[in-house]
Amino acid sequence: MMETASANLAHDEFVTIRQFIYDKASIVIEDDQHYLIESRLAPVMEREGVQTFRHLIQQLQQPASEPLQNRVVNAITTNETYFFRDVKPFTVLRDKVLPQLIERRRTERQLRFFFGGCSSGQEPYSVAMMLRQSFPDLATWDLKLIAVDISGEMIRRAQEGCYTQFEINRGLPAPLLVKYFERQGLHWRLQQTIRDMVEFQEMSLVNIFSQLADIDVLFLRNILIYFDEKTRRHLLTRVEHVLRPDGYLIMGAAEAPIFYSTAFETLPGDSSNIFCPKSSPPNSTRIKL
Amino acid sequence: MNPPEAISTLIVDDSKAIRLIIGRILRELGFTTNEASNGREALEALGSMTVPRVIMVDWNMPEMNGLEFVRAVRQNSTLAGTRLIMITSENEIGRVQEALDAGADEYIMKPFSREMIQEKLAVLEVPIPKEIGA
Ligand SMILES: C[S@@+](CC[C@H](N)C(=O)[O-])C[C@H]1O[C@@H](n2cnc3c(N)ncnc32)[C@H](O)[C@@H]1O
Repeated sequence: MMETASANLAHDEFVTIRQFIYDKASIVIEDDQHYLIESRLAPVMEREGVQTFRHLIQQLQQPASEPLQNRVVNAITTNETYFFRDVKPFTVLRDKVLPQLIERRRTERQLRFFFGGCSSGQEPYSVAMMLRQSFPDLATWDLKLIAVDISGEMIRRAQEGCYTQFEINRGLPAPLLVKYFERQGLHWRLQQTIRDMVEFQEMSLVNIFSQLADIDVLFLRNILIYFDEKTRRHLLTRVEHVLRPDGYLIMGAAEAPIFYSTAFETLPGDSSNIFCPKSSPPNSTRIKL
Repeated sequence: MNPPEAISTLIVDDSKAIRLIIGRILRELGFTTNEASNGREALEALGSMTVPRVIMVDWNMPEMNGLEFVRAVRQNSTLAGTRLIMITSENEIGRVQEALDAGADEYIMKPFSREMIQEKLAVLEVPIPKEIGA
């Protein structure tokens, strides 16, 4: 039950927690967002057995409170995402990975992308816009972009492809905004041609991998934090199997598969969190028999 | 050490409060900041300061507006490497297009946040001085 933790958030407590979240994650919480802190932190407090926000603040100030601090930040950032997040993986994808991959797939003319934990869709749509903009020839290929999230609400938002001004201000290059979005009242809607490129599914990452195969590029960013060590290892093993031998795994800025699996290595000469299966270097033009 | 031209910025806005906020954000990222309250003042300031890496410019200002300022900057070849970001409450798509056509590199709609500025700088591949060690 959540009731025990739905303690009232006094204004000074709100200010303290807001400052803490800003210091820790650079996330700005607006004056009228008391509810955000209350609703997101209630489950954390419940789990930690913390009764009041005052008590929570005291605990956050303890010397060894790092794990609790992370849990609080994660609760706030749960669905945090934005267009072209971290930029670098997308530029490396555009300038290095895709040109090579397209060359290797010239005869089969098929590419499969997968996005695990896609939240409100900015990540797959960033790739969709990039494909449209930088690789127009792929329009006649068999392209599949599959994106899943466990949250039905997020999947519905993603399918809608409708974003607030705040969201389109984050990471989306202005030329792409002009080219692929239209204004609908207070919102900005992505054109249908781009929306149609992505197939969204409400599903847990833990279940989806048994249905996937032959993925060329697999995004797994800022989601492993939700799982325990054992599940992370398990998921990475699954990734190894659904990815093509010369495919690519893309992770979040502070993440790397090495913690959970030895089957991947960094893309040579690269620091953008893109990895490939060890068995087959990405530069090889190995022909699948 | 970052060379001065790698960290120099100019903020052009007729609101002192906005200049303060943007200035604080840029300084936290390791940039140095200069300020002007309209396009004409900004052109004057450019005559006497280090060539800026980035200019953040509002649209609606007295004397010379942001769009006119962007066009003027783009006439000046010494400023060819300077990134121009419009930061304005104008939020029609036609306006964004107009700014891009005039020579702006990026566009942020007010109200803005610190991360929006950081993310747009990343999009423009402007190195953050604090991250590469000043
Ligand atoms: C922080 S967001 C990351 C979004 C995007 N990948 C990015 O990096 O910007 C994490 C997302 O993972 C989703 N998620 C959490 N557990 C999941 C699970 N077991 N299966 C699928 N999605 C999950 C959450 O709903 C949330 O939308």
